[in-house]
Amino acid sequence: MTTTSSTPTDQTAVDTSSVRRRGTGTAATRALGIATVVTMAWLIAFGLAFSPADRDQEDAVRILYVHVPTVWLAYLAFVVTAACSASYLFTKKHSLGFDRFAGASAEIGVVFMALTLATGMLWGRITWGHYWQWDARLTTTALLFVSYVGYLAVRGLGGSHHQRAKRSAIVGLLAVIEIPLVHFSVEMWRSLHQNASVTDPTKDVKIDGLMLFSLFVGVVAFTLLYVWLLLHRSRALAMQDQIDDRGLDLALEARRIEGTT
Amino acid sequence: MTTARRWRIARLMAAKDLRIEWHSKVLVNQVLPFAGVTMVMFAFALDATNVLERVAPGLIWLATLFSLLLLVQRSFAVEGDDGALDALRVAGVDPIAIFWGKSLALAAQLAVLEIALVIAAVLLYGADLPLGGVVLLVTTLVAATCGLACVGTLYGGLTAGFSGRETLLPLLVLPVVAPVLIGATRAVESALGTGGVALSEGWPWIGLLAVFAVAFAVGGALAFGPLIEESN
Repeated sequence: MTTTSSTPTDQTAVDTSSVRRRGTGTAATRALGIATVVTMAWLIAFGLAFSPADRDQEDAVRILYVHVPTVWLAYLAFVVTAACSASYLFTKKHSLGFDRFAGASAEIGVVFMALTLATGMLWGRITWGHYWQWDARLTTTALLFVSYVGYLAVRGLGGSHHQRAKRSAIVGLLAVIEIPLVHFSVEMWRSLHQNASVTDPTKDVKIDGLMLFSLFVGVVAFTLLYVWLLLHRSRALAMQDQIDDRGLDLALEARRIEGTT
Repeated sequence: MTTARRWRIARLMAAKDLRIEWHSKVLVNQVLPFAGVTMVMFAFALDATNVLERVAPGLIWLATLFSLLLLVQRSFAVEGDDGALDALRVAGVDPIAIFWGKSLALAAQLAVLEIALVIAAVLLYGADLPLGGVVLLVTTLVAATCGLACVGTLYGGLTAGFSGRETLLPLLVLPVVAPVLIGATRAVESALGTGGVALSEGWPWIGLLAVFAVAFAVGGALAFGPLIEESN
């Protein structure tokens, strides 16, 4: 009995010491982190100093250097969540790694989408005079944001790791049915009942070369930030799972000892 | 499993749920009065007669969605007591049949609720119901009810058996049913002729509601089995 009961604690002791030594950083993520900081500094320099102010929007246009990259990343993050959910469900191995990537990506996506909405509203207040317009794109974005907040809540429901993974993977994939329907209905609603009250920002706007470049720097910087956050967050989630397992092992151990004494 | 056999089980499940409702009268004694109170509260909040008539279709569907949440909670509270859902699962009852059956029962209850709400809108808000709009109105009710029942059953099954499900269910369901709220409201607006909307404008929305219902009837049936297997 003593030999069998000592195994799990030894195992977890090794795990925790290795975790303590390793953290969530590796040489690759450190390099990625440095690259992120450098491109962010570039973005700040180009966005705030080098790129010119817009003829109509003046300095408000600079919000777009954050707004456009964050919305692109939020969508990328949600696509990654759906892809990882499908990979978890439909591969034979049902690897929890996919599940953690899906969860980490959704968390980052929600944060970026919140940033998108916040920067968009600030830009809207300055340019349109209103924080919010019930335009198709804004409404879809807001509903998408709420849906993924719900997805994260489902992840927190509890149960074993595989239960969590399966449940959240299904909810993650249901979003693939939901998003086109929401988008289509909102689009139909606005087009049938109101002429677009918001002029399309991409329409007959000639983008200055330097502005376009700043936007490009922004997309690169935020994409690097996303990958960096994704790697760290998914590793942190793996550690969280390890801690949960260890807690379970210790509880089992305590019961076992209770039973023998 | 053949479709005919699935349907038989689904009908049994639906009959069981409706029998429970018949005896417990939760719909009649609690959910319908709640929906009625909501309609009265809307009138207090939007205190102007012509405004109420203008927004009546939207309020009908808002009250339906709020009541849907109560009906879904009830539908799975019944299964949670005495571990009935676990028992069904262990007995090897086909999950797709359970999904269809519970959706059917929910749809029947929703239909009663919606008819009551339309009548309330006519009586309390002074909404007109022209004879020509009845076909569109009934089609809208049927299409929207199917979609709502499927989504409700799907997410009800997902949250069944967890603490905190009462708070999680609205967060999950409301964004998903947003297309039904938009589509059904517009369709009912044209059926009632609210604000001079033409009758023909309502029909494109039926297409949207039908696509929604089919998507979630299929998606829900596929997802429901794996979801309830893992719920406990």
